Amino acid sequence: MSHPPLALHHGHIPWLLLVALLTTLPHSRYQPLWLSAVTGLILLGVAWQWRQGYRAARGWLKTLLVMAGCAGIVVHYHTLFGRDAGVAMLMLFMALKLLELKHRRDAIVLITLGYFLLLTHYFYSQSIPTGLWLLFSTFVITAALIHLHGDAAAPPRTSLRLSGKLLLQALPFMVVLYLLFPRISGPLWGLPQDAHAGRTGLSDTMSPGSISNLAQSGEIALRAYFNGPVPARKVLYWRGPVLDTYDGQTWTTAMVRRFSPPPLVPLGPGLSYSLTLEAHNQRWLLPLEMPTMLPSQKDMEARMDGNGVVQAKSVLRSRQRLDFTSTPQYRLGITTAPTVLRRNLQLPADFNPRAQALAQEWQKRHALPADRVNAALNYFRNENFVYTLRPPPLGHHAMDDFLFNTRRGFCEHYASAFVILMRAAGVPARIVTGYQGGEINPVDGFLVVRQSDAHAWAEVWLEGQGWVRVDPTAAISPARIEAGITWALPEGEGLPVLANVRQDWLKSLQNRWEAVNNRWNQLVLGYNPERQREFLARLGFPDPDWKTMGMALGISMGTLLLILAAWMFRPVPETDRARAIWRQAIKRLERRGITCPPWETPLALARRMEQEAPELAPALQHLAELVCAARYHPVSPKMEALRLALQQLPRR
Amino acid sequence: MLLSRHLGRWLARLTQPRQPESGCIRLNRRRIYILPTRAGFLYLATLFTMLLGAINYDLALGHALVFLLAGLGLVGMLHTHRNLLGIEITGSGAEPVTAGEFAHFQLLIHNPDQRPRTSCAWSDARQTLAPLEQHLPAQHQTLLLLPIPTQGRGWLTLPPLRLSSRYPLGLFEAWANPWPQGRCLVYPRPHFTPLPIEQQTGTTGNYQGREGQEDFAGLRERQPADSPRHIAWKAVARDMGSRPLLVKIFSGGARPELWLDWEAAQGDLEQRLSQLTAWVMDAEAAGLEYGLRLPDRHWPPARGAAHQQRCLEALALYSL
Repeated sequence: MSHPPLALHHGHIPWLLLVALLTTLPHSRYQPLWLSAVTGLILLGVAWQWRQGYRAARGWLKTLLVMAGCAGIVVHYHTLFGRDAGVAMLMLFMALKLLELKHRRDAIVLITLGYFLLLTHYFYSQSIPTGLWLLFSTFVITAALIHLHGDAAAPPRTSLRLSGKLLLQALPFMVVLYLLFPRISGPLWGLPQDAHAGRTGLSDTMSPGSISNLAQSGEIALRAYFNGPVPARKVLYWRGPVLDTYDGQTWTTAMVRRFSPPPLVPLGPGLSYSLTLEAHNQRWLLPLEMPTMLPSQKDMEARMDGNGVVQAKSVLRSRQRLDFTSTPQYRLGITTAPTVLRRNLQLPADFNPRAQALAQEWQKRHALPADRVNAALNYFRNENFVYTLRPPPLGHHAMDDFLFNTRRGFCEHYASAFVILMRAAGVPARIVTGYQGGEINPVDGFLVVRQSDAHAWAEVWLEGQGWVRVDPTAAISPARIEAGITWALPEGEGLPVLANVRQDWLKSLQNRWEAVNNRWNQLVLGYNPERQREFLARLGFPDPDWKTMGMALGISMGTLLLILAAWMFRPVPETDRARAIWRQAIKRLERRGITCPPWETPLALARRMEQEAPELAPALQHLAELVCAARYHPVSPKMEALRLALQQLPRR
Repeated sequence: MLLSRHLGRWLARLTQPRQPESGCIRLNRRRIYILPTRAGFLYLATLFTMLLGAINYDLALGHALVFLLAGLGLVGMLHTHRNLLGIEITGSGAEPVTAGEFAHFQLLIHNPDQRPRTSCAWSDARQTLAPLEQHLPAQHQTLLLLPIPTQGRGWLTLPPLRLSSRYPLGLFEAWANPWPQGRCLVYPRPHFTPLPIEQQTGTTGNYQGREGQEDFAGLRERQPADSPRHIAWKAVARDMGSRPLLVKIFSGGARPELWLDWEAAQGDLEQRLSQLTAWVMDAEAAGLEYGLRLPDRHWPPARGAAHQQRCLEALALYSL
């Protein structure tokens, strides 16, 4: 019953090498250099050895490599588990498996591992190029699997062609499963700590330099699509975390989430738009100031906290599309609890004495808080302040240093200095971070907001007006608000990346590419449980339960399978048309009860009919001669003649 | 392990045909069975793990990859099934062999389709034989010699066969159990002992026996049936080959007769048959005339392949 396992053919090794190369190569971008080097060396070694005649490595060598590799991973990641360490382990195993290829099942294990490694690439990127690269890899891995089970002597072309054919036939199944397979929102269990590492975005603290660092990145933070005209650039304030606690260096948020949202009075018409937020690993959403209607999706519960920041119930782990309505004219928090106001006046006493002194002077001179605000803005406007991405380092009394010595800073410096001045002057004030501006992509009409649009501004509380937005950056550099950061920075201080491109042709190329990416994100990557429900509702299954979805999936998969089977198993038409016609003639004879054994030649049958069915004999004789001529005569008769001769035979 | 063996045996019994079929067997849809292989289950488990990963990390393209691979598995299943569909098998017998040798049954395999069949493995239904892999080109007929081990003497009928294929992906195995008709005569296993002594009989006459044993009687022209041993090479050398070849004829003396007798052999029935088989082979190889005497029948002395075959067949089928 059991036979020795099938040995591996010499010609299979290069295929398996290729599988290992394709699946580990893209990981070298994210994995430590030594691991890529070890993998590469093993690949090269096996390739070299293959030319000499492949032999599996010795046991002690494999044990040594496994131990050394695991030790290396533990030293580098401090664990063997977790996302990145897990990928590193898989990569190591892939390389080591190449050292022990003896039987076909070793190769099958390696190929299965290859498929698995493909999935892990998506941890780092799900862009269109990644998708195409992985489709190509799947194609090659499948060809390797086919080659493993096929004729070892066949050329690679055979396996590649069949692989392409199989994948093409598998595509409809993929589409159906993608659309109908019941989607579950992850995560199913606790994710390792590094699961979402390396995502850029705003943070819930702010110190000098934090936003200017972020502004160097051209990555997209969010996209918005307005159902109507896009509002003016200067009202495009995307509200993120509000920071109200200062320790002399860093701004943070006090725990105010338990407070109910501040009263909000819209003064203008609402703007409705859909926001596509990139995953930023935080809970805040970034609506336009101020949102009057929050998204009401099943899997997205959002509410406004006491600072007017919209917070989701859970951390944003994936790109989300959310529908908001906002109004740029509003009154926020006209009635605010005195405890809150008091907190927004607090300053650490032993920091920035000069700034505090200046502010107290304004407080004495101006009775109205609004005048104190203007005094501060005038101070920024009239003194020689410079808006720059590369401010000089600041000392212990950072804001004193900035206000009276360096006078060069980015938006976080201005916002921070302004709020400190206001608090010292007795006006409740706080910092709001988020994004300002954005750029319309003319290709698809989406407003694109990048990390380079990250911004910090201030809010002051005025009696009768509530929280009022004051942007000190606008006082120094109106261009930042009116035109965008590219136009606000001094010459020679351009952003290093494609973040904001001034050249037109490059810009249009970038716009086109980003529009394609946006479509990809919206349609393919954004297909989540919510979109699936919408899609099914449009198909006529509003609010389907698991049973309906399972049935829809089963029926469509079964139908697809049947269609494919019917096409694959279709009877192959007779290629020899003369023989096809002769078969029809035989069928007609058999209907009359005449037995026609398969070995009887046409002419012999015709001769036999002269006795058995004389009325058919002449027609059959004619047809038999034509069939023979079609077969053997150098000049074949026309098929039309054969068909005519067939018609002479009665149908039954 | 034990479970899978039981399952395999049960499946083999379930799918095995009841009796052999004569003529051409065409593998149609109802004859082909298909089940996932161990590699198929590994693939399924991998896909499931990948799906969990894709859900957990919310990877849209991870979902797509898993679904593509799931579709690939399904498509592969159809292709594996099709790899066997429509193959035509005609069985026939095998050349007689002695017990313990392999009988090579001839199978005519026809692939009527436009596409080749890759990696079809032949074995018996119980899978005791090591599988024999075969690639069938498109629209091609091949004669396959299927080696089947033999044990006892007598007629060996072709066992139910198993034609299986895992091509292209190895995730599924399709198989069919065709049972073409075919039988092979298995001679007893020869047990070589010295030949019994020839007996003199009273008859005289022209007889060409072994050289040097009888009186030389003269020469005559050689006929094609004469053994080269009796050619008068000296005479040929004398006239430098200018004349036709001459053969020596012997006369007089008693004609020796070799009787391979059941009584002369020793041991039990099978041992005697083995001994007699070996004697028949030896005597034929030595070019002797021999007769065979079994308890119920006898065959008068003669020579030649047909005579040998008759004797061996009688020995193979004796008292079966």
